[in-house]
Amino acid sequence: MAATQDPAARLAQGSYDTQLAADVLVIGGGPAGAWAALAAAECGASVVVAEKGYTGTAGPLSSANTGIYYIKPDDPIHRHGMVTARMPLAFGLADERWLERTLDQSYANLDAMARWGYKWPKNEAGQEYRARLRGPDTLIFLRRQLLKSRVRLLDHSPVMELLVSDGSAAGAAGVNRQTGDTWSVRAGAVVLATGGTAFLSGVAGTRGNTGDGYLFAAEAGAEFSGMEFSSQYAPAPHGGVLSRGAHLEYATLFDNAGNEITRGRKTVEAIEHTGAAWAILDKAKDEATRAMLRATHAHIFLHLDRLGIDPFTEQYRIDFRLEGTIRAVGGLAIDDELSTTVPGLFAAGDITTKEKVVGAGPPGGGPAAAWAIASGSWSGSSAARFAQRLGPSANTRAVVSIGGTGLHAAGSHRSDLTVADVTASVQAEMIPFDRNYWRSGVHLEASLNRFAGEWAQIRDGSLTPSGAATARDAARDLLRGREAAAMLATARWINASALARTETRGLHRRSDFPDLDPAQEHHLISGGLDRVWVQRRPVGTPEEALAS
Amino acid sequence: MIELVVEGACIGCDICVRVCPTDVFDAVDGRAPVIARKDDCHTCMACELHCPADALYVSPRSDPDPAADLETIVGSGVLGSYARSLGWKRGAPGGTDDDPGVLTAFNRAPNPNDKVRMQLFNISLRNYIDVESPVRDA
Repeated sequence: MAATQDPAARLAQGSYDTQLAADVLVIGGGPAGAWAALAAAECGASVVVAEKGYTGTAGPLSSANTGIYYIKPDDPIHRHGMVTARMPLAFGLADERWLERTLDQSYANLDAMARWGYKWPKNEAGQEYRARLRGPDTLIFLRRQLLKSRVRLLDHSPVMELLVSDGSAAGAAGVNRQTGDTWSVRAGAVVLATGGTAFLSGVAGTRGNTGDGYLFAAEAGAEFSGMEFSSQYAPAPHGGVLSRGAHLEYATLFDNAGNEITRGRKTVEAIEHTGAAWAILDKAKDEATRAMLRATHAHIFLHLDRLGIDPFTEQYRIDFRLEGTIRAVGGLAIDDELSTTVPGLFAAGDITTKEKVVGAGPPGGGPAAAWAIASGSWSGSSAARFAQRLGPSANTRAVVSIGGTGLHAAGSHRSDLTVADVTASVQAEMIPFDRNYWRSGVHLEASLNRFAGEWAQIRDGSLTPSGAATARDAARDLLRGREAAAMLATARWINASALARTETRGLHRRSDFPDLDPAQEHHLISGGLDRVWVQRRPVGTPEEALAS
Repeated sequence: MIELVVEGACIGCDICVRVCPTDVFDAVDGRAPVIARKDDCHTCMACELHCPADALYVSPRSDPDPAADLETIVGSGVLGSYARSLGWKRGAPGGTDDDPGVLTAFNRAPNPNDKVRMQLFNISLRNYIDVESPVRDA
């Protein structure tokens, strides 16, 4: 392969096969990114969505259903009831106004979907139920709506780095992994909607979720909040990958000694201490209920059927699999307009912190889905307004590309570490229960020292072999290097924050500090690449009214 | 993970190459796509669902499934079962309005002593809305 075809070298030279300009660039085509793009287009902005995979199947929502908030703003009993039920689950870190704002925007977006033709089921009285979305249908439905709204979709087009003008986000550059071509999009504002990361734990629909957006944002100087609230695990059948538990409402669970246990922490403890946990859907006794479960949770039963499991009549083994920051809490710190701490860089969905809505968590799928589509809409309209204020000269600004670790050209200085080495090192700290479900100071410190050494090794060198035969293969190698760098950086913010929180609260559990400490009812802000830092910030939002 | 592209059923539309979010397939001129990067499959099953010819089989396992050989899978009738269970036809979406789980007959109250769950259950009953013939955007 000629050196000029190496996509890393071409990105470094600013040599792009395709150059586009738009008011708003959205990075990530899952539900948050789709709603960001729809909202920006609705404001009159020209919009491009760059998705690593395919807008319409991308992200964890593609593989199953999700519950979602659908609460009529004019039903005070419903609205107030949800708020008062949720707030005690937030461990003091949520803000009622943000929860209400999320409920209202989720409602508005689902009503918009109804106007656009999405069909929901009805009960015996002919009343409609909009509090559940079918994942694959929703994503392809939103794709069609994006195309109707004249949003330009770049599929199989992973972003490799942000473009920045005088400290403001001004676009992004990347590769097409099916052709090896390079591309750039200049934009007045950028929305990051690349989701959370499960650190390649194998959970269905999460291969693309390697935390790329966290790395892009940190390279631009953005800050994170609540990264310690990221120890999200969910039940999946043993040997399988679909981490969904809705059907377990009908289950009895047992430890390996046959003692009945509850869902959640007790299940994890059963797996740790007795070797396994088991489930049987014995509360679905009659055929009608069983048929209902099969239809309502068709995705879950598809997996069970193909694993050869009859969950109604036999106990089957269940695992708890790492979802990490997916459906969890921690992420980019954001203001009322969904802006990160970098001008022109907005964020939506799982990549942002959800502390203001769910506190220390755990949020569950419903709040996470409502947050995805609500924060998507807000970030999209904020980004459109930001771009419109800049005016037409926005895309003639001088820009620099700011990507670093993992982006070095193949054949340049080789790091001693490979993508596989870095991934294995991160997974060794992020996946096991005794490292991440239960954290401890001694392991966190050791991991942070190792991670710092690994980061120093990879920051100036190539993580991937230089033997790619084609530009396309080289583009894929480059993507793998960037993903590994993103996972390593993310693990450092998580573990540095986890070390600083010497208590157990929500989705952060310390075996050496198993109790909640009322004195630690604060946020932990983190950031930095070569030098990772963490600082406290008191709970509370500025006095000014929230935009609605 | 993805196990099979059934050459005899495939119509060569390459939709799976396009919609796979992890870029597992490579298109091949005049033939069925090949599984080029099986390790990248994350078992979302989107390819199988979007396939208009029911020519793909995805195993629910995270590791390769040696039992998923062509003869067994074709003979089992499992091809297309995901799409059928959802109400999709020939790769086109459908069936989101068919969900017996929303019938009030299946509502189950939680343990009345669990106040938080009970409160959530009671307010969940308010999720249902009366819809008259909805006004559709043009």
